[in-house]
Formats: sequence, C-alpha cells, structure tokens
Amino acid sequence: MPQLGADMSAGKLQGWRKQIGDCVQRGDIIAIVETDKADIEIEVFTTGVIEKFLVQPGERVPVGTVLAIIREEGKPLEAGVSRIATVTAPQPILAALAAPAPSTTMSAARTAAGESRLHISPAARKVAAELGVDPFALTGTGPGGRITLEDVQRAAKAKPVPPAAEAPLDRQARIRQAIAAAMARSKREIPHYYLSTTIDMSRAMAWLIQENLKHAVEDRLVYGVLLLKAVALALRDAPELNSIWTGGKATPVREIHVGVAISLRGGGLVAPALHHTDRQSLDELMKTFRDLVQRARAGSLRSSELGDPTITVTSLGEQGVETVFGIIYPPQVALVGFGKVVERPWSVEGQVVSRPLITATLSADHRVSDGHRGGLFLAGVDRRLQEPEKL
Amino acid sequence: MTKQEIRETVLRVLGQIAPEADLSQIQSNLRIRDQLDIDSMDLLNWVIGLHKELKVDIPESDYPRLATLDGCIDYLASRQELQ
Repeated sequence: MPQLGADMSAGKLQGWRKQIGDCVQRGDIIAIVETDKADIEIEVFTTGVIEKFLVQPGERVPVGTVLAIIREEGKPLEAGVSRIATVTAPQPILAALAAPAPSTTMSAARTAAGESRLHISPAARKVAAELGVDPFALTGTGPGGRITLEDVQRAAKAKPVPPAAEAPLDRQARIRQAIAAAMARSKREIPHYYLSTTIDMSRAMAWLIQENLKHAVEDRLVYGVLLLKAVALALRDAPELNSIWTGGKATPVREIHVGVAISLRGGGLVAPALHHTDRQSLDELMKTFRDLVQRARAGSLRSSELGDPTITVTSLGEQGVETVFGIIYPPQVALVGFGKVVERPWSVEGQVVSRPLITATLSADHRVSDGHRGGLFLAGVDRRLQEPEKL
Repeated sequence: MTKQEIRETVLRVLGQIAPEADLSQIQSNLRIRDQLDIDSMDLLNWVIGLHKELKVDIPESDYPRLATLDGCIDYLASRQELQ
C-alpha cells in the first residue's frame, strides 16, 4: 500500500484492475485504492507478470502492506520478484492518525508475514471474520494451541461494544482528520518563515486577454496557469525550496512537480502534482490542470499525482483573500500562496497609476532555506510574470 | 430556443459542474458565484458547456454578463439572435 501523501496511514483496496497472469507495464493502472481523501488509481512501477494478489478487494490495510507480487520479465522467479508495496515507510505521526483498526486491517497486515503460522480452523476463521474478531489477538485452547470456534465466540462476547462515537467516519470527517494530522505535524516539526511580495500583474493579464482571443473556448487559459509556470521556472534557481525532508535532512529533487491545492466540494482539499510543471507549455499545463481539477473533484486521482509533489501552490484569490499565510505540507519544505488580483494605486516611474496587483507569499522551512534565498525566489516569480510571453 | 429552454440548459450545465448544488434555490437576480461555490475553472467549464449546448460564442470579455441567472439568460438569448 503506497503512501499517497503525508496524511495517509492506511488505504482500502476497492478492486484490482488486472488479473493474475496478466502482463503489466510500468505506468499501468493495477488497482483502485480508497484513501481518506479520494479514490486513487494505483500505477505499476515495473514490468512483468502478476504472480499473486495478497490483499482482497474491500480490505483496509496500513501503508507499507504488500498488495501483490509481480514476476519481472526475463528473470528467474526468485531474483525477479517485485512487490507492489511501500513507497514510503509510515511515519510515526501517522500512527496516531490511524482510526481504531478493524480486525481485517490487522489480519491483512500480517498476511505477508506468513499466515500459515496462525493455527485456526476454517469454521473459526469464518466466524471470526463475521464477528469482527482478530484471530491473531487470540490464544488458542485447542490441540497444539489451535484457535477453536469457542475461542472466537468467547472473544466476541468479551469484546466491548464500541460507543456510537466510534462508528466509521464518513468521507468528510476522514478528510478533516487527515488534514489535521498533516498540518499539526507541520506546525510541530517545521520552523516556518514567511515572506510576502506584491506583484504587478498588468502585463500578465493584458497578455492573457490577447492570447485567449486566439484560442478556442475549450483552450482558453486561466491566469492561475501563468502563476504555476512562473513558480516552476523560478524554482530552477532555488533548488533548496524544491526539496523533500526525509531522515533528518533535505534532499533536493531534480524534477519540479508543483502540487496544486484543489478545494473539494463540500470541504477539504487535495494537492496533486502537475508533473514537470517547468517543462510544460502553458497550453499543455492548462490542459493538465483542467483535467486534474476535474478528476480531483470526481475522486479519481492517480497514485503518482498524490505521492510526487515537490512543493505546493495555493491560490485563494477566488474567495476574496488578499494574502495567504500557508502551512507547509510535509515532507515538502515550501509552499507558495497567491491572493486575489486587486486593482490598486501603484507607483511607476514617479507616477501613481492604477494596476492589477497580486500578493505572493512564501512559507518555507527554515531548517532548509533562509529568508534571503526565499526573497530571491519570490523576486524570480515576479520577474517571470513581467515577461508572460516567455512563460 | 425560448428563454425557458435557455434557462433549463443553463441550469443543467451548471448542475454538471456543481453536482452538489440545489439549483432550485438559486435566486435569479443575485450573482451565481456568491450562491454556489464555483471558481474560475468551474466558470470556464460552464462556458465551454454552454458553447457546446447552445452553439454560441462567448468571448472572455463578456463573462461579467453571465454573473446572474437572469443576466445570463438575456445575454445568451441575444447572442443566439445574433448568430
């Protein structure tokens, strides 16, 4: 079960999209996993033949659980076995987030460790599953420590009835809980510093109007795409902001995958990646962005989109906000915020004129970068927005 | 197309963009954006949907005329007459 973001501790396998014996290639969608936030398409990162499924549809398992075994092409069985499993080891903070684990979670987590060690009769196993009793937690009283039907029934009777408050959380509550865990961890662990700058958007907005006149309606650009591209290009000169914090240190990431904060209808948000943001043209970026927003709101994102962001950009201008003071999404080390475009007096060459202005902010991890570098980065974003035709 | 038919189309396309919205509660003379949680990407998708359904061109400079349901219906009716 891959970790699709810092706020994920477990996922429920909705279903397999391939069958045992199928050949799969890197990038193929092999399964759909339901997380607290959305249904995610799980991609394969190897090429080979599916040997075995270790988790069944409907099971909710912790991050790190092996889901399936794939035999890599042209390799002997032992050497060529690849597992669809952990992308990142679960982090301590996430353990606290985990909802009270249903018995299926515990069983599934241990399946890979060797279910053969569990001595239980088929009938007792079936009843245990029906009654929600975890057989691994039982001490068998049968011959050789075997778990009997009576053991299971006794455990079921002894099990406290969960209070109503512990009923399964609905999707909305789980999204809130996941965000709470990630944000609390960020505020606890990351020494944030904040910078702000005002950017004159007159050139960018004028260029956009002219550009959109040339485009068919379905290819029109929104100004947010210009902001995303300007951030991505400026990051090329600020690699310390495009880093991931792991194992007590920051590791710069060569690829620039800007995570874009998308609010979900009814509350909550996700921040999936626009892959290689700096290398996409504005037209390509617009197409990808539109697709991403639609899929995020429909709940059909891909695993790589949730696991890959190297920085997050959030724009709250649509809600009338002028300045964003963002919280970094771990393990990222920076977040860029944009407010609304407002028409205000602005001084140009000694003259006060009316200009569309936007406030750009940077929240950055002081363990990784300093205000001076952060300031240069924001100046880089500004500079690029003054030359929209080069974006 | 009558204004009533335009109204039904406008609301149907809006419903595809904001499926959670109770469109029967929309007040015709107030800004749609203030009544529904829609952003510029939703607005663009709405315009694309209206363009496909009604076969009218909606230049970006005319977006402000789509602000209220009444204004939007009047505008689209006038665009249809022009084309």
